[in-house]
Formats: sequence, C-alpha cells, structure tokens
Amino acid sequence: MDVEKIDEIIDGYVDEEGVLIQILLDIQRELNWVPKEAIMEMSRRLQIPISQIYRVASFYTAMSLTPMGRHLVQVCLGTACHVRGAPKILNKVENTLKIKAGETTEDMIFTLRTVNCLGCCAMGPVMVVDEDYHGKMKTSDVNGILERYE
Amino acid sequence: MPKINSPTELEDLRREILSKRDPNKPCITLCSGTACHATGSEKVAVAIEKELEKQSLKDDVDVRRTGCHGFCERGPIVVIYPEEICYLNVTPEDVSEIISETIKEKKIIDRLLYTDPNTGEKVVYEYEIPFYKEQTRIVFGPNKNIDPKSIDDYIAIGGYSALSKALFDMTPEQVLEEVKRSNLRGRGGGGFPTGRKWETTRNAPGEPKYVIVNCDEGDPGAYMDRSLMEGNFHSVIEGLIIGAYAIGSHEGLIYVRQEYPLAVENVNIAIKRAEGYGLLGNNILGSGFDFTVKVHRGAGAFVSGESSALMTAIEGKVGEPRPKYIHTSESGVWDKPSDLNNVETWANIPLIINKGSEWFTSIGTERSKGTKIFSLVGKVNNTGLVEVPMGTTIREIIYKIGGGIPGGKKFKALQTGGPSGGCISEEYLDTPVDFDELAKLGSIMGSGGMIVMDEDTCMVDVARYFVDFLCDESCGKCVPCREGLKRVRKILNGIVAGEGKEGDIELLEEIGNVMSKASLCALGKTAANPILSTIRYFRDEYDAHIEEKRCPALVCKDLISYYIDPERCNACRLCLKNCPADAIDGEKKLIHIIDQSKCIKCGTCFDVCPPKFSAVKKISGAPVPPPIPEEKRVLVKDKKAKGGKK
Repeated sequence: MDVEKIDEIIDGYVDEEGVLIQILLDIQRELNWVPKEAIMEMSRRLQIPISQIYRVASFYTAMSLTPMGRHLVQVCLGTACHVRGAPKILNKVENTLKIKAGETTEDMIFTLRTVNCLGCCAMGPVMVVDEDYHGKMKTSDVNGILERYE
Repeated sequence: MPKINSPTELEDLRREILSKRDPNKPCITLCSGTACHATGSEKVAVAIEKELEKQSLKDDVDVRRTGCHGFCERGPIVVIYPEEICYLNVTPEDVSEIISETIKEKKIIDRLLYTDPNTGEKVVYEYEIPFYKEQTRIVFGPNKNIDPKSIDDYIAIGGYSALSKALFDMTPEQVLEEVKRSNLRGRGGGGFPTGRKWETTRNAPGEPKYVIVNCDEGDPGAYMDRSLMEGNFHSVIEGLIIGAYAIGSHEGLIYVRQEYPLAVENVNIAIKRAEGYGLLGNNILGSGFDFTVKVHRGAGAFVSGESSALMTAIEGKVGEPRPKYIHTSESGVWDKPSDLNNVETWANIPLIINKGSEWFTSIGTERSKGTKIFSLVGKVNNTGLVEVPMGTTIREIIYKIGGGIPGGKKFKALQTGGPSGGCISEEYLDTPVDFDELAKLGSIMGSGGMIVMDEDTCMVDVARYFVDFLCDESCGKCVPCREGLKRVRKILNGIVAGEGKEGDIELLEEIGNVMSKASLCALGKTAANPILSTIRYFRDEYDAHIEEKRCPALVCKDLISYYIDPERCNACRLCLKNCPADAIDGEKKLIHIIDQSKCIKCGTCFDVCPPKFSAVKKISGAPVPPPIPEEKRVLVKDKKAKGGKK
C-alpha cells in the first residue's frame, strides 16, 4: 500500500474538524477498500485512536475493511425492486457466483452487494455492475450479463 | 466570473442573460437524471451533438442536459423547444431522424410519442401528457428547463430574486414571520412547522449557529430529494441562505449521501458557481450578510438521516441518534444551535418569499399547506416523480397520474412513508394525502415514497422486508429497537417459512407496541408501522400463512411449489436448459417434469417459459399433482389429440 497516497488525502483536510468520515471515503475511493495500514497511518497523523477509526469504518456501509473484487455487482433491494422480484435476482446471482451478498469470489473478480435503493425504481428490478445499470432484470438475464466481465 | 454587488446588478445580469437567448431558437433538452442516465441519455446527447455538427446545425440549435423530468418510466426523455414536442424512450439510433425530420422539417415522429395506454391516442406535447397535466409542479417544475450545471439558467428563470428581496426589502424578523405564516411543515417526514424550528434556533443562545440541508434520503423507493439536488440545487441554496439570514447563521452544512454521485457532483458545481457570483461568501449582493457552506458526504447508514444522528455524523463520528430532551435546534452540531431541514423544505422557501405566505396557504389542506413531491413506484404504469397539492387523493395519484396498475392486475396496497410508514388497503383509496390523514390510517406521509403493490405482492413478505431492512439499519443503541426488531424478524421469518403458530400475530402486536413507546429515536418508534398496518388491513394473509401454510400471493418461497402443467407444456426445453439445479426432466417432444426434491424454487423456469405456453405454475397450500405417467409424456402436437388425453 502506498502510504504517500494516504498522506496526500489527509493533507487535503488540514485543520478541519470532523473529517474522519470524509478521509475514509476518499481512501475507499482511491484503494477500493480500507486496509489496516491506512487506518494506522490515519491514527498516527490525526491522533485518533485506532479503535475509534475502526468503529466508524465498520459502522458505515460505504467503507470496506476487506479487499474488493475487480467488479462490484450491486443488486437493488429497494421496495420497488422487491415487489418486482429482486429477491429472485439476488438468489440467482448468489447461485451463479457461488457467494453470498457481502462476499467476494475467490478469484477476486466479483464482489456482490445489496443496496437499499438506487432510485431507478422505474427500471426495477435493477442490477448494477460497476457503472452499468441493468434494468427490468429477469433471472434468465443474469448469466449473460456476468459473463461480460472478467 | 464577476461578483454581483447589488440587487440592481443581479437584475442587469438577468436581463443580459435573457437578451442573449432567443425564445424561438430550437432547443433540444434531454433529461439527465440518474434514471435516464442509466437508460442511456448521455449516449443520446452525444449522438445529438454529433448529428447537429454533421448537418451543420450546431449554431442554430441549442442542446441542454437538464435535471430529472420525473417521468422515469419512459426515459430517456427528449423535449424539443419552443414547441415542447416530447419524445420518449429515445435511443441514439433515433437521433438522425429527429434532427432531419423534427428540427429541420418540423415533422412529428409518431413512434416516439406518448401513447395513451387506454385510448391509444398519441400525445405530441409534454404538457398534454396526463402524467404531467394532472400535476402542480411549483417546486419540481423548473427541473426540466434548466441545466443544473449552469447558474445562468437558474437566474434566467428568476433565480435568486427571492434572496435579493429577503436581504434588501425584509428584516430577518419579517422573513421569519412570513415563513411562520405560510405554515410550511418539514418535508422530510416529521411535518414539524419550519418557522417554529427556525425561531428556536434563532433564539437559542450560543454562536455560531448552523443551518443544515438534510439530503440523506434513505427510504427505499424514494428519490424526490435526489432529483432536486441533481436537477435544481440553486433553489435549495437560495432557500438555505434566506433561512440563515432569518436565523442569524453564517455557516451552512450540506449533508448528501455518497450513494448519489451525480447529486454530490452537481451540488459542488452549484456551490462553486454561487460563490463565483458572490451569492455565497462575504457581503452577499452587497448586503453585508456573510454566509458560507460546506458539503459533507454521508457514508451509508439509514439512521444517519435522523437529525441528531446526522449531526454526529457531520462531526465525523458514528451517526447514532441521541435522546432529544434537548432539541438539536438548541444544541446540535458541536453542541451549537443547529437548524436542520429537508431538501424539499428548503426549496419551498424562495417561492414563499417571492409569492408570499398568502399564496402558499391557498394551496393544500387546512393543516398541510403547499404541494408535496412523491416518488410513485412499484406496480404502477407511470413510475416517476409526482408533485401535487396536499390533499390530493391516493386514487388520483395512482390512477390519473400513475396510469393505474400494469398488466390488468388488481390493486392491493399502497405503502407510504418508507420503513417508518405503513400499507394502506384499497378501501382507503379516496383518502386525501396529507400529514394528518395518512397518520390516522396507521401510516405516515413521510418524505414522499409511494410504493404501489398489486395482487402479486405478499403483505407478510412486505412486512418482513421492512423488518429486515430496519434490523440491518438499527444502530443498536437502545434495547426496544435492537432486540424488538430481532424478535419480530424471527417470528416473521417463521411465518413465511410455514412455521407460524397461533399467537404469533398477537405477539407481533405486543412487541410492536412496546417498540413504538420505548424506542429512543424515530427509527425504532415507527419501526412497528409496517407490521401493525399490514396486520390491521391484511390479517387474512397472515392467517393463511399460519393456519393453512399458504401464501395467497404465491410469493413466499417455502410455501410454494413450481409445477409444469402437462396440458400446456410444449417440450421446448427452455426451462430445462436454464434450470440451475438440473431439476427438470424431459427432452424434445417429451413433456417436462419438475423433480420436486431437487427444485430450489429459484423461479427461473417460471420466468423463461414463453408466455404463449405459460406452462409453469406456482402452487401454494395444496399438494403438487403427481407427475404424469411415462407413456403419456410423448408430446402430441395436434391440439385435439392433446385434449383427448384428459
């Protein structure tokens, strides 16, 4: 891990109060997860106990304390998607990737997550892979979509 | 960007912007909200720009990427001005035709128009489409006319004139009085009178005072605030500065979920532009009033939308609520007086200042004034954002604007108010929607989520869905919410799995009542609403699950079986090839059979079976018929012969 990158991010918030969450979000965006080393560096620089940083990082869903796969698959479980059959889509993705929501495949290609609403309810049920939105999903669409990513 | 130093300079700038704009010059606008973006509106925009270049029309036609138009069901949406010709579901392939036919020849392309699903009639102009026609869009309306990245677009439609009026023609006390007289109530769901909240913060001792925009819109199925943040954030900034002026605050905090990347981007751009013109910063418009804002990205926690939790999150801590015997309006962020209002509340302020409280109170019901934006989603034809006067009935919203239920299905329930709300049954369709009427029915109006459910929705499953959601999102600080939700989840999981027993419903009600009374914050206090309201209106469904082990809507996995009707099966092998469990036996011309012991009930066979056959059936509460004997499985194509098999 590049400690300089972490320092650079922290330097962007000098003398500001209450920036812990903002820094963690930036680290997450930069590295795609929040490694232990990053937390230790934050603790050293910001003079905040490691335990406190862990508490914040583990409370919010936006930060991942484990490495993420190359592609992020998000299945929306918002209410609108739910009544249009989202649980079946999730089931199918879990069966296909052989992981549960929140896990990463062994080959580190996919991380699967559920989200509570993407606000594209008109397209529901929705599955998003990285930045690509796939709407009006059917269980039979899942394999074809996932095969496009490697 | 030159700073604007006085109201006169603002008006001069407005005139200058307008003088450069020819209202008769063709302008192609494109909805670029998140939903249209997801369906490819940017590709259409790029195609339009290329095509204009190709046909040498670049200087004769303007292209504008606007905020969300709200008719998300039919995106990407293209509206061509000055006529307001509206094309729906536009793809890049349609673009060259649009330019050569509509722009050049002024001819309408029929296939891209809105077709009334009931009459089959085509509608050419956006304002004539029933979805728009039946709405009163005073807050949300400008979204479709302005490019959210351009402050000039906002100024052109009269933007920041309310700010100028407040700062120069009114004292802070007069602004406060006007807002109090308007009876504006908080749009985030609480419905607390905005003016009174402002007054508390204004009178509270302690400096500095903060004003906060709450855009931690977390209710699943609700995205009104996002569309305002993405599409017209200047209206929120304008409201915020006016509020700060009335309260005596010089620092604003904007809390926006990072799950809304486009909103974060547009918010930051809008702030930069406003700062550039001197509408934020020191000595705004030369009035001597100073005000700055800072953006905080939320990191994904539903409970952080609660005001006291949001304020702890702003301090960089775990966003947990605290008891509110001291109001946040007196002691909030860093223990300073902090006024927090929802995005839509702020966006109402410039309108109230410009048009006056009398105008505002002329809209709505006795105790709920103005309009409300709803996010109408689920099993409804016209999914999208709907702004109507308070007091509009549920029926008008679902049927007149929403176009009814798709596929000829029957309406079952309307879920309002997100996880804190409840489900309302058919007999209450004529209820006027406002803060008080929905509360009487055991639901809440909340921030404006409206999820339509049809006969294929299982209400026990819906209750379990919300409890699941709340279990994950409960911060765990207080016992009634943390433990109550866990127990309720266990009972509901049992019921949908066919293990429900007598007394379960009463126990659910008991736990629900304790949670409502004893929880620390609104999340726990309202968490029982989805459970209690579904029991109240759909008790028969609970009974069917518990007593007959039957799911009437055929949703609950453990209570249904999939079965292939031999009379309808065409032995096409589609289900067989797609079955992930190898549970289907059959071959070409051999009627397929599901091996119930292998079936994982994923529903793939049901989805892939061609509609003209619809051979795969769901069965609940009754045994699956035994498989047909081997000798009868050979498919006979002749229908008569098939009928003879009976």
